[in-house]
Amino acid sequence: MTIPTHQKVIFYLLLIVSAFVIFAPALIAFSMSFMLGQDVMSGKILPPSFTLDNYVTVFERVPLLRFLLNSFIISIVIMIGQLVLSSLAAYAFVFLKFKGRDVLFFIFIATMMVPFEASIIPNFQTIRDLGWINSYIGLTLPFFALAFGTFLLRQAFKQIPKELKEASEVAGMGDFKFFLTVVLPMARTSLVTLGVYGFLTSWNMYLWPLLATTTETTRTVQIGLRQLQTQEQLNEWGVIMAGAIIVVLPTLILLFLGQKKLQKGLAEGALK
Amino acid sequence: MNLVKMQELAKSYDNQYNVLDGINLEIEQGEFFVLVGPSGSGKSTLLRMIAGLEDISGGILKINDKVVNHLQPKDRNLSMVFQNYALYPHLTVEQNILFGLQAKKVSKQEQQQRLTETAEMMGLSELLKRKPKQLSGGQRQRVALARSVVSHAPLCLMDEPLSNLDAKLRAHMRIEIRRLQKKLGLTMIYVTHDQVEAMTMGDRIMVLNDGKIQQVGDPITLYNQPANLFVASFIGSPKINLGKAVVQGQQLLIEDSIHIPISSSLLSRLTEHQDLTVGIRAEHLLNGKENRNAHSLEVINVEQLGNETLLTFEVGSQIWTAKWLGQWKVSVGDMVPINISIDHISFFSTKTTELIKPATITTTEQEEVIV
Amino acid sequence: MNQAALQLEEQYAQKFAKAKKAHRTKSLLKGLLFLLPSIILFSVFLFYPLFKTIYLSFFLTDSSGATTVYVGLNNYINIFTSPLFVKSFQVTFLFVLYTVPGTILVSLFLAILANEKLKGIGIFRTIFSSTMGISVAAASVFWMFLFHPSIGWLNQILAVFGIDAIGWLTDPNSALISVAISTIWMNTGFTFLILLGGLQSIDSYLYESADIDGASYFYKLRRITIPMLSPTLFFVITVSFISAFQTFGQVDMLTRGGPQNETNVIVYSIYQDAFMNYQHGVASAQAVVLFVIILILTLIQFKLGEKKVHYQ
Repeated sequence: MTIPTHQKVIFYLLLIVSAFVIFAPALIAFSMSFMLGQDVMSGKILPPSFTLDNYVTVFERVPLLRFLLNSFIISIVIMIGQLVLSSLAAYAFVFLKFKGRDVLFFIFIATMMVPFEASIIPNFQTIRDLGWINSYIGLTLPFFALAFGTFLLRQAFKQIPKELKEASEVAGMGDFKFFLTVVLPMARTSLVTLGVYGFLTSWNMYLWPLLATTTETTRTVQIGLRQLQTQEQLNEWGVIMAGAIIVVLPTLILLFLGQKKLQKGLAEGALK
Repeated sequence: MNLVKMQELAKSYDNQYNVLDGINLEIEQGEFFVLVGPSGSGKSTLLRMIAGLEDISGGILKINDKVVNHLQPKDRNLSMVFQNYALYPHLTVEQNILFGLQAKKVSKQEQQQRLTETAEMMGLSELLKRKPKQLSGGQRQRVALARSVVSHAPLCLMDEPLSNLDAKLRAHMRIEIRRLQKKLGLTMIYVTHDQVEAMTMGDRIMVLNDGKIQQVGDPITLYNQPANLFVASFIGSPKINLGKAVVQGQQLLIEDSIHIPISSSLLSRLTEHQDLTVGIRAEHLLNGKENRNAHSLEVINVEQLGNETLLTFEVGSQIWTAKWLGQWKVSVGDMVPINISIDHISFFSTKTTELIKPATITTTEQEEVIV
Repeated sequence: MNQAALQLEEQYAQKFAKAKKAHRTKSLLKGLLFLLPSIILFSVFLFYPLFKTIYLSFFLTDSSGATTVYVGLNNYINIFTSPLFVKSFQVTFLFVLYTVPGTILVSLFLAILANEKLKGIGIFRTIFSSTMGISVAAASVFWMFLFHPSIGWLNQILAVFGIDAIGWLTDPNSALISVAISTIWMNTGFTFLILLGGLQSIDSYLYESADIDGASYFYKLRRITIPMLSPTLFFVITVSFISAFQTFGQVDMLTRGGPQNETNVIVYSIYQDAFMNYQHGVASAQAVVLFVIILILTLIQFKLGEKKVHYQ
């Protein structure tokens, strides 16, 4: 398919304008994070001067390093938890035959109908009663089991020819070993996709960390940003923007690296 | 000594639909045994039951004189080659070959020894570090075979292993598998839907249709004395020519168009059957130029194959094919004299489809001359 | 033969049945072992809370969330009659009405643009999907500045065209729309990515054969792209609906439910009642309503999604 030149020009024009509009809020924030306070307040668009003061200040205002570390720990723990639980469950649904499997699968589907927000009150009570407020375990454990992840990996595992399983049965290889040495390596791509997805969503989690942290020791970077915003209110925009840029940088980099895989994987897990 | 023995083996789903029924069979040690039949005949199911990949619904399955119905595949001491080869794409050829040995916890030293031995035998020594993706179809097939060979299991099951290869490679692999089996003295159970594969490879063949054994025997017996119409038309290419026939006086009338005189001794054998179906192989519809009793038939299609010529005729409601050796100048529409000998005709009962009497002469004069 | 086989079978039947049963038990245990971690966590953090929420919704609670007085359906009657809650529902539905079509249209437009095979298209795809990597908190900070009454970009742009400044987040008339605009921006990345995936899976033969027939760009768009994309489109529509009903972060960051409760969407209302006012009972009743809404949406998706209609 070749596209006529005049059509190409129109496409590029539309693409560039759209790209600018979509990226503008982030670009403006990026540019502001290098501006002096008075330049921001006078409504300047491009930074007349360049300063890193905002970045220095934001680390003084809130324990941002601590928050970043917390967010990293929490996101990685949730990611690993989701990968382990989802792949185990997906394996059972694809390769194991046992009574009640269909019922259990239906239960997994049913979990998708329960929004986390609707069950947040008892969950908060549970975590509180277990003394898990302000703990990593309280911030991560509720998110390990993931129906979406199970479905995504189930789709990937289904692509593996059943003869491979049968060959391993004839050869006398046990299920757990087959799972580790054949299924997981073969579903690498989908595992990466789910991992990226899990990290992204955990890093960006908002409501639960807001409830489950009351001190700064385990507070995540998102709630740190909220704290910063409440403290600063209107005055030091440059500092807030510097904080926001730091918050989005890890996920943006991850997204840029994994965009193609994510696009494929999400569509597969969601639609098939 | 028989290695595999089946007694009244049956398979049904939900206790209703019978996929396989009344399978009684003994397979000898060192035998190349072929299960052949159209798709849906139950041949793959039977193989998978032997492997232990499918439950057995009824009957007894013995391997090495041991009842194995209840054993898991790994406890049956056999190897299996799958249609799509079932190679692990993320493992190298070497790791693929050793896959089963690692599972069975064979010592590292023994593994290496068997690997070298097998790779050499299969001509895979140069390819051990490659991934299956980097191999040709024939090489992949060989890796799958090697995995089977390396296991040293006395019984090897193959499920349509050649159907993913092109025709040329298939012919080559047929010979290779056959040689390997003889060399190692393996007992092979081989499933195929291709009757040529069955005929060329099998020591014995079992023809299966609709979950029932049609006939078990060596290739030539199946060809010459097919137990019923199904076997007659399944084995042989081009397909056997069939026609409805009745006895009229001293003559046999085929498809209301061909009269053939019959002897009184034959007559007495046939009269008890009301409806007859006769079968005659394509190579037995001979050129009747020198015979005054030849039947003149109109050619409706000609296929020139170079070494032989296939002529197609309309006989009553049937299409018949004649195979003449060599090259013949015949055109569509020509009237050709065809010699049909009563000795070449097999008789079947139309009602039961069972064989009544096989052809008495099974070779052609042309072949006899060559021999 | 048959007789002998029958006898043999009887002899072995018990042995086989035993082995079969042992094997079945073993596979059941194995299956459960693989599923157990997920089942336990689902039970503790999903099913138990769901029933607990329903239970709580029939009670009044003290500040720790312990039940005090059984009030039957009073909490429900309360949320469907008190103007504050009714307002919250209205706001939620309006919010959904703004964001879902907005998100879908913007994302679809971007996806169709980005599906063209042009040089450098990868950069545009990355930019269009970028908002997926931006957290609610950060996005809210970005937009808070854009909405700023005096120095925000939006009012500065309006000023260029000689239009008076708008109190985007402070004016009760525009607050919800402002939050909706920022939400559309946040959701665009994800929706775009899914739609692009859907577009790329359409067989290129369809377009090639249309090209041979001399079909125009918009004809192809209308007769091939949109119908073939309908299953994906349907999926993103329901996902957008569900996520719109679950909105919380941007409201908390941008408006705190104000001004005059104009942006007090249902999850924010639940949050306030449960964790600010300590009325777990009333909050639970709202949570149950939220659950029912999402349940219905998910069921619709399963029901229709199964058919994967091409709507043609």
